[in-house]
Amino acid sequence: MADILVVAEIVDGIVKKPTLAAIAFARDAAKAAGGTFAILAVGAGLDAAAKELSACGASKVLVADDPYTKNYLAERFAPTVAAAAKGFGVVAFPAATSGKDLAPRVAAKLGAGYAPDISGFKAEGGKLSYKRPMYAGNAFGWMQVSTPVEVVSVRPTEFTAAEPTGGASAIEKVAVVQDDPAAGKIEFLSFDVVKSERPELTEAKVIVAGGRSVKEKFMDVLSPLADTLGAAIGASRAACDAGYCPTDLQVGQTGKVVAPTLYLAIGISGAIQHLAGMKGSKTIVAINKDPEAPIFQVSDYGLVADLFAVVPELTAAIKAAKA
Amino acid sequence: MKILVPLKRVADPENANKVKIAAPAGGLAPKIETTGLEWKPNPFDEYALEAALRLTENGTAVKARLGEVIVVTFGPAECDQTLRGALATGADRAIRVDVTDDQLDGDLVARALAKLVDQVKPDLVLMGKQTVDSDSNQVAQLLAAYLGWPQVTFAANIVNEDNKALKIGRVADGGQINVRVQLPAVVNVEDRVVNPKGVTSPPTPATHKYADGVRFAPLPAIMQAKKKPLEVKKLADLGVEAAPKVKYLGYEAPPARKAGVKVKTVAELVDKLKNEAKVL
Ligand SMILES: Cc1cc2nc3c(=O)[nH]c(=O)nc-3n(C[C@H](O)[C@H](O)[C@H](O)COP(=O)(O)OP(=O)(O)OC[C@H]3O[C@@H](n4cnc5c(N)ncnc54)[C@H](O)[C@@H]3O)c2cc1C
Ligand SMILES: Nc1ncnc2c1ncn2[C@@H]1O[C@H](COP(=O)(O)O)[C@@H](O)[C@H]1O
Repeated sequence: MADILVVAEIVDGIVKKPTLAAIAFARDAAKAAGGTFAILAVGAGLDAAAKELSACGASKVLVADDPYTKNYLAERFAPTVAAAAKGFGVVAFPAATSGKDLAPRVAAKLGAGYAPDISGFKAEGGKLSYKRPMYAGNAFGWMQVSTPVEVVSVRPTEFTAAEPTGGASAIEKVAVVQDDPAAGKIEFLSFDVVKSERPELTEAKVIVAGGRSVKEKFMDVLSPLADTLGAAIGASRAACDAGYCPTDLQVGQTGKVVAPTLYLAIGISGAIQHLAGMKGSKTIVAINKDPEAPIFQVSDYGLVADLFAVVPELTAAIKAAKA
Repeated sequence: MKILVPLKRVADPENANKVKIAAPAGGLAPKIETTGLEWKPNPFDEYALEAALRLTENGTAVKARLGEVIVVTFGPAECDQTLRGALATGADRAIRVDVTDDQLDGDLVARALAKLVDQVKPDLVLMGKQTVDSDSNQVAQLLAAYLGWPQVTFAANIVNEDNKALKIGRVADGGQINVRVQLPAVVNVEDRVVNPKGVTSPPTPATHKYADGVRFAPLPAIMQAKKKPLEVKKLADLGVEAAPKVKYLGYEAPPARKAGVKVKTVAELVDKLKNEAKVL
C-alpha cells in the first residue's frame, strides 16, 4: 500500500467533525498497512482550518485555498482533489453529505474503485480490506479495491474522532485545478442553514428522538427532556413527513446515521429504515405504548407506556437524579 | 424534456432483516441469501420516476404526455416485470440491459449508462440516491463524471425552469444547498422530492397540489403497459465489458444486540440509566 490522503470537509472555514473520523481511519490504516497519511483541505479562507488540521499527526497538510472553491460543488472540487491525489494509494473522504457526493466523482477521474461508507478495515500484507454496511445495516460486506488507487468514504460514527497530537505538520499550498467541463453548468445559489441551539445530531452524546405519535406539539413535548439531558432532538421519517419537526432531524437510512451514548426512542415503532440510522447507539431506551413494537428488540431498556404521561415524569426524575 | 430513469429491483426492503447470511464459524458467507423475499422496485427509484413524471406533464391533465420518460434496468429477464410496473405507472418506454445479478456492479452500471445516454440522448438522468440493497450511493456521481455532466445529489425539491435548467434544493448536513444546474445533468433524489410540493414544473398550475408520495398504476394502465415498448439490449451492444474495480470477499451478519429488559416505571428506568448503564 502507498500513502493515504484524507480530503477534509470544511464549511465556511470550519473543519466539520466527520473529517476527524476519516483522519482516525487514515492514521490507523496507514499504521497497519505500512504507510503515512496526509490531509487535503480545499476551500477559501483556510488559514485556521489548515492550522487545526496540521495538529492531527499527518505527514503534511495540502491546502488549495482559492475563491473558486469558496462554496462546495463537486464539479469545482473534484479536479483539485484528483490532482492532489497523485502519488497516494488511498484517497479517503468522510461519508458526510459532501464527501459522499465528491468521492465517486473523484474515483471516476482517477479510474479508481470505490468503497463507500466503510465501517471498518483490515490490513493483510499491506493490502486493505474494507467492511461496509448493506441492506440497511442488516448485513456487512467485506471488499477490496483492485485498482492502483483506492477511493473510500468513512462512516463517521464507526471511527473515534482523531484528537490533536500536539505536533505540527508541514503546510503546503497546492493549486486549484479548474478543468471540469461541467463546472460552468452548475451554480451555487445559497445554503439555507438550519439554526439550532442544540448540539448537531451527528455530534450529540445524547439524542431524544420522537415518532409520528408525538404529534403537532413535537418540540413542546420533547424540548424539556432534551434540555435536561443536553441532548439533540431527532425524529422518525413519519414525524418529519407529517411536518411535526424540521426534516433535517430525520434519523435513519435516508436521514442521519447517529451513534450517541444514549438514544431515547419515544413513540417510534422501530422500522428497519429507522434502525439503520441508530442501531449503533451505546444505550437505547424505547418508550412505546405497544409492547410488541419492534423497537423493543433493539433497546436496552423498554418502557411500555403512554409517552404523553411519561415524558414529563421522566424529565422531572432525570432532573432530580442529576441534582 | 426527455428523462432517463435507471431503476433496480431489490429484495423487499421492509423485510431486509430477513436476509440470510450463512457464514462458517470465523469466516465469511459467500453471498447474502434473499430467497423468500419478494422483489420490489428500489423505493428511491420509484421516487425518481414520480419526479420524472411530474416534470413531463401537466399535473391537472396527466394523460397528455409533454415529454418522455424512459426507464432502464440492468438485470436478468425477471426484471421485465419491474419495468412493466414502471410503464403502468406512466413511463413511456423501457429498456432492459441483460446482465446476470452477479455481474452487477455500480461502476459497470455507470459505464454502461454513459453509453446508453449517448444512444438515447436524454436531457436529464434522474435516479434514486441509493439502492437499498447495496446502499452504495455512487452510480449518479460516477455517471456524471464519465459523461462530463454536472451532478446534483440528494435532491429534495426540483424547480423546472423552461426545460433548460433546474433549480434544486439538495439536502446537506446542517441545512439545504440550493443550486441551479443547466441540462443535460444527472440528478439523484431523496424521498422528499415526492412531497406535494417536491417538484415544480411550469405546465402544472402553481395551485395544483400533488398527492403525497408516488402515484399508483390504475388497473387499465396495467393492461395498456403490456403494449408499451420494452427493448432488450446486451452489454456488448453498448460496447461495455464487465471489468470490476472492486471485489467482495464475503459477508457477515451484524452483531446481535442483546435483548434488553422492560422496566415497569420511570423511577426504575432512571435508576438503571444512572447506576447500570451509567449514562446520566
Ligand atoms: C426508502 C425508505 C426510506 C426510509 N427512511 C427512513 C428513515 O431514514 N428514517 C425513518 O425513521 N424512517 C424511514 N422510513 C420510514 C419507515 O419505514 C417508517 O415508516 C417510519 O420510521 C415510521 O415512523 P414512526 O415510528 O414515527 O411511525 P409509526 O410506525 O406510525 O409508529 C408510531 C409508534 O408510536 C407508538 N405510539 C402511538 N401512540 C403512542 C403514545 N401515546 N405513547 C407511546 N407510543 C405511542 C405506536 O405504538 C407505534 O409503535 C423509510 C421508508 C422507506 C420506504
Ligand atoms: N442494476 C441497476 N439497474 C438500473 N439502475 C441501477 C442499477 N443499480 C443502480 N442503479 C441506479 O443507481 C442508483 C444508485 O445506486 P447505488 O449507487 O448502487 O446505490 C439507483 O437508485 C438506481 O437508479
